[in-house]
Amino acid sequence: MANETPTQTQAKAQETPQATHISKEDPKAVHPLGEPMIRLENVNKWYGDFHVLKNINLEVRKGEIVVVAGPSGSGKSTMIRCINRLEEYQEGSIKVKGIEVNNDVKNLKKVRANVAMVFQHFNLFPHLTILENLTLAPVWVYKKPKKEAIETAMHYLEKVNIAEQAHKYPNQLSGGQQQRVAIARALCKSPDIMLFDEPTSALDPEMIGEVLDVMVKLAEEGKTMITVTHEMGFARKVADRVIFMDAGQIVEENDPETFFHHPESERLQLFLKQILNH
Amino acid sequence: MAVYPPQPTKEPPISARGPIAWIRHNLLSSPYNIAFTILGLAILYWTVPPFIKWAVIDAHFAGDSKSACTGGGACWVFIKEKLDMFLFGFYPHDQLWRPKSVFAAVLALGAFAKFVPGLHRLKLTLIVLFPVFAYLMLHGGHFGLSLVETSKWGGLLLTLVIASVGIVLSFPIGILLALGRQSKLPIIKSLSVFYIEFVRGVPLITVLFMASVVLPLFFPEGVNFDKLARALIGITFFEAAYVAENIRSGFQAIPKGQYEAADALGLSYWQKMGLVILPQAIKVTIPNLVGTFISLFKDTSLVMIIGLFDLLAMVNVTANDRDWLGMDTEGYVFVAFIFWIFTFSMSMYSKRLEKRLDTNNK
Repeated sequence: MANETPTQTQAKAQETPQATHISKEDPKAVHPLGEPMIRLENVNKWYGDFHVLKNINLEVRKGEIVVVAGPSGSGKSTMIRCINRLEEYQEGSIKVKGIEVNNDVKNLKKVRANVAMVFQHFNLFPHLTILENLTLAPVWVYKKPKKEAIETAMHYLEKVNIAEQAHKYPNQLSGGQQQRVAIARALCKSPDIMLFDEPTSALDPEMIGEVLDVMVKLAEEGKTMITVTHEMGFARKVADRVIFMDAGQIVEENDPETFFHHPESERLQLFLKQILNH
Repeated sequence: MAVYPPQPTKEPPISARGPIAWIRHNLLSSPYNIAFTILGLAILYWTVPPFIKWAVIDAHFAGDSKSACTGGGACWVFIKEKLDMFLFGFYPHDQLWRPKSVFAAVLALGAFAKFVPGLHRLKLTLIVLFPVFAYLMLHGGHFGLSLVETSKWGGLLLTLVIASVGIVLSFPIGILLALGRQSKLPIIKSLSVFYIEFVRGVPLITVLFMASVVLPLFFPEGVNFDKLARALIGITFFEAAYVAENIRSGFQAIPKGQYEAADALGLSYWQKMGLVILPQAIKVTIPNLVGTFISLFKDTSLVMIIGLFDLLAMVNVTANDRDWLGMDTEGYVFVAFIFWIFTFSMSMYSKRLEKRLDTNNK
């Protein structure tokens, strides 16, 4: 699967997920992978003259956990930010549940209702309490009754073990707590797909565990997830597929076992050496 | 290796606490500091006692004419006799209960909003309806109230009308201009930039002259647009440009992540701006906004040049009264004091608001 030309990747994209999944032996097999949720086809993006995404092809199926790794500047964040159109792309096509991600406001609204994102720097709204952060979108965007929105919010706060902080403000919480709140906020609109953009990179080391625990829990429940992270332990534990990006393109994708123990491309071998051997 | 027992906490030595330490540290810490302390005390000695002597000790409070004021002190009798003029200008004497009840209503509404908990909808309704009530009361012409032309309004009443209308209306317009300047649509953006930069490049006096002299030229013959209304429009649109720039500076303090989080949650442009960005931008810009509003409050005096008599203009009017010639000093000191009370209250309020909205250290 490694070092393919873009066209080969594209051709193989259809069969890859199932193939990887079947080869896995873990309990996730109880969640068979469903229909395609996200499909990127020949996506190209430039910042001015700089070619940041080069012919990206990727398909993610329902319930699949995809981890994206790679050196900084390789385009991994940019790629997942294209999926909910925080970034525009210039060529190719991105579809979320069959809906084209483009300038069309109606499409964008549907896509964003289905896709939630968790950011490196949490991006909680500091002027609102934790509970208000969670109910803002459900009440204003999805027109839920306030009482129902609060109930849902408390449910997810309990899920991330932080219900007792509901009436505090974000800046009164630790980084790990804030990130768990951000995950709960993302879950409140019941998204089909969760995007995690380096969710633990801004955290103090002792807080990474609590955030990863929540993410593992989500993964085990069968939520479709794309996670950009440097936490290779997480990738090993829950990923169905690990993708290695470098210089704006997907260099290698494999199941975690092959990815970490038998990397095929030289570039990935070097990367793994750099991040694991110290 | 060793283990150390816990140490008891002690009070700091006497030389590091109490008023003596404060004086030594803050007033007498170096030769320069000593020199400035002496200079400061000298200035206070030369200015404060003579002023108190003039304004309080030698001052005249009793009586009802200039003849009651003999000797050197201030003649507060003048203020006492002319108080209605200072407060309400040329408003007809027998109708003064109307502006007085509007003032009373402001105080009552403020006390109600502050001390009665809850009832937000009622409070909001009352606040929205208040300007209508105030206009009907002051202007009259309906409900059996006699008509009082705005040219008769004056003094503190006029100052407050201009300042509050200017502040309340320039705020939303300023927000729209600030949003316009941030807009991705080139036409809206360049119109906003042009408007803001043009208005900020023109003195307020020019705007008032334009509103009072040039604007009527565009109206059809016979249409006489109220002079106060013209001044209000001029001041509102003038201040809006400054408010817009204040709020824009607030936008710049908001991290990009806040916009992205709002987008990712699916908020529309107006929801994102209204619920996430503006509340934070306004919060960081409160000190600047209040500064702008304070200078607006003081700039209302410029309406004097288009023939409206605000609080400051009333000094000229009253001190030109043949019975009270030469009372300018008392008039100006009094008016300065009134201006100070209002502007100082505004800045105290802004400080409290900032503290209350600070969610970082709650």
